[in-house]
Amino acid sequence: MTRITVTVDGQKNVDDVEPRTLLVHYLRETLGKVGTVVGCDTSNCGACTVHLDGRSVKSCNVLAVQADGHEVTTIEGIAANGELHPMQQAFHECHALQCGYCTPGMIMQAIDLLNDNPNPSEAEIRAGLEGNLCRCTGYHNIVKAVAQVAGQKGGE
Amino acid sequence: MIPAAFDYVAPTTVADALAALAEGGDEAKVLAGGQSLLPILRMRLNAPETVIDLGKIEELRGISEDGDTLVIGAMTTYADLLASDLVTEHAALLRAAIAEVADPQIRHRGTIGGALVHADPAGDVGAPVLALDADLVITGPGGERTVAASDFFEDLFTTAVGEDELLTSIRIPKHTGWGAAYEKFVRVAHQWSIVAVAATVKVADGQIAEAKIGLTNMGSTPLRAASVEAALAGGSTDAAAVAAASASAADGTNPPSDLNGDADYRKHLATVLTRRAVLAAVGS
Ligand SMILES: Cc1cc2nc3c(=O)[nH]c(=O)nc-3n(C[C@H](O)[C@H](O)[C@H](O)COP(=O)(O)OP(=O)(O)OC[C@H]3O[C@@H](n4cnc5c(N)ncnc54)[C@H](O)[C@@H]3O)c2cc1C
Ligand code: FES
Ligand code: FES
Repeated sequence: MTRITVTVDGQKNVDDVEPRTLLVHYLRETLGKVGTVVGCDTSNCGACTVHLDGRSVKSCNVLAVQADGHEVTTIEGIAANGELHPMQQAFHECHALQCGYCTPGMIMQAIDLLNDNPNPSEAEIRAGLEGNLCRCTGYHNIVKAVAQVAGQKGGE
Repeated sequence: MIPAAFDYVAPTTVADALAALAEGGDEAKVLAGGQSLLPILRMRLNAPETVIDLGKIEELRGISEDGDTLVIGAMTTYADLLASDLVTEHAALLRAAIAEVADPQIRHRGTIGGALVHADPAGDVGAPVLALDADLVITGPGGERTVAASDFFEDLFTTAVGEDELLTSIRIPKHTGWGAAYEKFVRVAHQWSIVAVAATVKVADGQIAEAKIGLTNMGSTPLRAASVEAALAGGSTDAAAVAAASASAADGTNPPSDLNGDADYRKHLATVLTRRAVLAAVGS
């Protein structure tokens, strides 16, 4: 066992983990953060995307021990004071989900995308979501939701 | 899937990492960004007894200048390279290729050193590093040695880095003012290169003064298209001249045949992508 200290969604956790534990399993099974999901075995789908020190990563492809001393934000940590995050709100308004399985990862990657490039073109939105697969929507409304949030920010 | 159990160490210096490697012998494995190694461990294609995480070694990260050379720490991530003005200015070809690797999440974790030591022939980092005539600095129990990129890649997934050694930095001669383009051919988003061509070109007085061309996935290692480079040098930048020079891009290559295409298809692709990459690099 290896002792790790990880801040998750603003809360500090100290836990003993087996070194082989994947970050996504630590989040789900040790911390009960089941909002982050696993969709594949190959690190292709992006459903498990979280932020590590503010940048998106696939939490199925990071060991929990690699997050020691770092900060993780999951889909469960982005709403504030009972209000949905603007990206969550936009996914809701634009009907950017059907079954919803890809949604936690899609939203976390979309937030990273706008942090990196606040005014993306449609092509840049699609490229920025390249590592997130959706089997239902055909992506169109997802792209609309991200563009809507970018537009709101631009207008501020 | 979950990796088999292993012992984990996270040294904070290169010296401590080398000591851990010496102790672990061939049952130890180095972990960089983990974007190739963790999938391998999860599929249980490998089950090391000890994993040595380089993530806490600050001296292996960062991009600096040493006279006419750019020095990149092995643990520098793709995202750090993409954000670097030094890389954009002096090694535009590296930037162009790295922008095509995988997806943003993987580029936040994956490192240049990990990609080079992993040495997947379809990986996008080898060809630009080879084309830019980089030197690779390898550190082992006996100290440091430097290997030219042309001697670094030995075979599929095999490099000059020994089991008791680490790749510590990449030294790239500055190619300031050279045009650059990476043409990666894929069928779907987020795919490994079927073939890709890395081209960097120095234009002077409207002529091609010098051109360097690297090929991805045209053999068991990254390759240089030497005959194209020779044909371009001193020649015109116009489309017909570039197309004629590019016709020999597949000479001496030995590309794989697989579900994405057979060897002849890849040889044809190499000529087309070389033409496109050179024309993009000269800006026409
Ligand atoms: C879904 C997916 C898609 C991908 N698509 C692409 C793509 O399109 N193009 C592409 O080029 N790559 C792609 N990759 C691979 C990616 O580029 C990896 O990040 C890279 O190959 C390995 O870098 P790493 O830092 O993650 O190394 P790791 O995975 O940590 O290590 C890789 C290997 O190198 C060894 N190693 C690492 N660092 C050192 C060192 N300093 N000294 C000695 N040995 C070392 C390790 O022991 C291991 O054997 C993809 C990966 C995934 C999961
Ligand atoms: S579960 Fe992590 S990428 Fe699919
Ligand atoms: S909404 Fe079903 S996978 Fe995206």
